[in-house]
Amino acid sequence: MSVLERDPHERVRVLDEDGQVVDGATVPDLSEEEFVEMYRSMRLARHFDQRAVSLQRQGRMGTYPPLSGQEGAQVASAMALGDEDWLVPSYREHGAAYVHGLTLEGTLRYWMGDERGNELRDLRIFPVAVPIASQIPHATGLGMAAQHRGEDDVSICYFGDGATSEGDFHEGLNFAGVYDTPTVFFCNNNQWAISVPREKQTRSETIAQKAVAYGMEGVQVDGMDPLAVYQVATEAVEKARNPEEGQLRPTLVEAVQYRFGAHTTADDPSVYREDEEVEEWKAKDPIPRLERFLRDRGVLDDERVAAITESVEDEVASAIETAEGFERPGPDTMFEHVYAEMPKRLEEQRAYLRRLREEHDDDELLEH
Amino acid sequence: MSSQNLTLVQAVRDGLKGELERDDDVVVFGEDVGKNGGVFRATQGLYDEFGEDRVFDTPLAESGIVGTAVGMAAYGMKPVPEIQFSGFAYPAFDQIVSHAARLRTRSRGRFTVPMTLRMPYGGGIRAPEHHSESKEAFYTHEAGLKVVVPSTPRDTKGLLAASIRDPDPVVFMEPKLIYRAFREEVPDETYTVELGEAAVRREGTDVSVFTWGAMTRPTLEAAENLDGEVDVEVVDLRTLSPMDWDTITESFEKTGRAVVVHEAPKTGGLGAEIAATIQEEALLYQEAPVKRVTGFDTPFPLYALEDYYMPEAARIEDGIRETVEF
Ligand SMILES: Cc1ncc(C[n+]2csc(CCOP(=O)(O)OP(=O)(O)O)c2C)c(N)n1
Repeated sequence: MSVLERDPHERVRVLDEDGQVVDGATVPDLSEEEFVEMYRSMRLARHFDQRAVSLQRQGRMGTYPPLSGQEGAQVASAMALGDEDWLVPSYREHGAAYVHGLTLEGTLRYWMGDERGNELRDLRIFPVAVPIASQIPHATGLGMAAQHRGEDDVSICYFGDGATSEGDFHEGLNFAGVYDTPTVFFCNNNQWAISVPREKQTRSETIAQKAVAYGMEGVQVDGMDPLAVYQVATEAVEKARNPEEGQLRPTLVEAVQYRFGAHTTADDPSVYREDEEVEEWKAKDPIPRLERFLRDRGVLDDERVAAITESVEDEVASAIETAEGFERPGPDTMFEHVYAEMPKRLEEQRAYLRRLREEHDDDELLEH
Repeated sequence: MSSQNLTLVQAVRDGLKGELERDDDVVVFGEDVGKNGGVFRATQGLYDEFGEDRVFDTPLAESGIVGTAVGMAAYGMKPVPEIQFSGFAYPAFDQIVSHAARLRTRSRGRFTVPMTLRMPYGGGIRAPEHHSESKEAFYTHEAGLKVVVPSTPRDTKGLLAASIRDPDPVVFMEPKLIYRAFREEVPDETYTVELGEAAVRREGTDVSVFTWGAMTRPTLEAAENLDGEVDVEVVDLRTLSPMDWDTITESFEKTGRAVVVHEAPKTGGLGAEIAATIQEEALLYQEAPVKRVTGFDTPFPLYALEDYYMPEAARIEDGIRETVEF
């Protein structure tokens, strides 16, 4: 029986908090290489995140939304996708986007305020969606188009628990149910929407159970257990692509997890959140959990872990150097890509700004 | 009379507190306004002081926030919902324009919507995408709504009180660039600043500059920089709907020249409305075309370029000079 066919209250788990396989669980059939890749990507996401927060603190980057704690859900779910599948992120999916092919410097550039970081050419990744839940109907629409064209790619759409309160969540899932689209709706239930806890977001006991209303399967998974996430995501992607007789394509996955840090670097969670709660969840950290499992299996040892640490640090350091090494975007870039062909009025505005820059020091123009 | 030296965002808080105390029908709600005190701290401490019945967090749903506010207001309460950033008001747009703005007309006065919808707006704080837009024209274009944009702490408290007490729906747009830019003495007791009245911030005879919100400061700076060369009058419009046309035309009839400064895109912005009204009502006084110094007709850029997007003193000075030298 598929793990998707279950009571949406019953959480799928493979590893317990100590990295031991829980009774009756099936360990996903991954090669040694793939297991190491999963572990490495999670370590990379964690290190990237810590460095990004520190860049923001040093004034080298703008407001940034941290992901620490959510690496397992991000990496393992994105690993379930094929290259041709679509990844539709919110603004926190730096780890998932990396697994699906986005460079770290691309992510950094975007959060450094450079529009060109959003240029995702040749990748099946949508740009970061800041307005909450607005990306959910897009994922459904991608699925409708794929069906129209007779393609068999699948879309995975990420959003938070807060997003499930928006009308766009309802409309996106409702369409997916009606048109039976190949879409995996992946809710990162990290317990908080800025300062508002999950219980104040919805009266329903689980988010997974909302699926029932849209006529699709809903499954709750331990989001800090990468193997469980991988298992659920793989089955959901597979079902979206090749449903069995009588099966419906879309699935709502609720990955129960926690973000260790602030909502963004502009937020101070100590105002609304207890330290004990953070500590409790830190004990469920997906990284040591997977590491324990892989060490027990003989896939990882001290030496390999040290080599991974080094390579992860190198990769992030070099991405930061590359991102900071790009020339800052010139003001002309603001006018590009607003339309396929620049209207005359916009050309005139661009010329006006050029003239202003000739007549004044940039310093003078930038003083606000 | 006792007073406090407050920033603009503290004046918002002080204004809310005053109205919450004054009238039990006033309720404040939205995303993160409760325990967190608002992402800009505009509601800090109000939850502790007034309790969850009066100041509360809602689910993350703008249409729900504004739609329920319409229902509460029709029942006779005075809801003061918050939209966290004006760039996130669009899910609620239907409720704002289809219902809040029209319920009075549609019900022939039976139902009214005395709601004050607060939203921080505008750029210049290096915020992420969709956090910096300046879309006041959307709301002024809609009959039935009032639109208020304060530019000083003292005005903020008085205009907010007036908005909350107003029988019609008010979109109260707070220029977040100047939330903490400076302080001003603000009386402790409650008071109102009448809606629909512009303030002449600086008198002059050569040219009138019309502006509002965060652009008021660079405009005044430009006027000071030109002191001795051009005698600039600066009018802070404060209420964008209903607009104080009397003050605008009076000023224009005195100077014969006008510049409008706003950070919103030029096309379809309020500058166009002001220029057209001046033509209609004071054409014979006109000595030069009305100039607009504005943001560009592009989406508001990510922060690396935002300072190029927004007008600042040098750009405004150029606009004033061109108008005077025409
Ligand atoms: C439509 C909209 N309203 C409000 C905001 C402001 N905002 C940004 S993130 C956030 C909380 C989101 O919580 P959740 O959906 O649970 O995702 P998380 O950030 O926890 O991953 C809010 C209110 C927004 N970006 N978009």
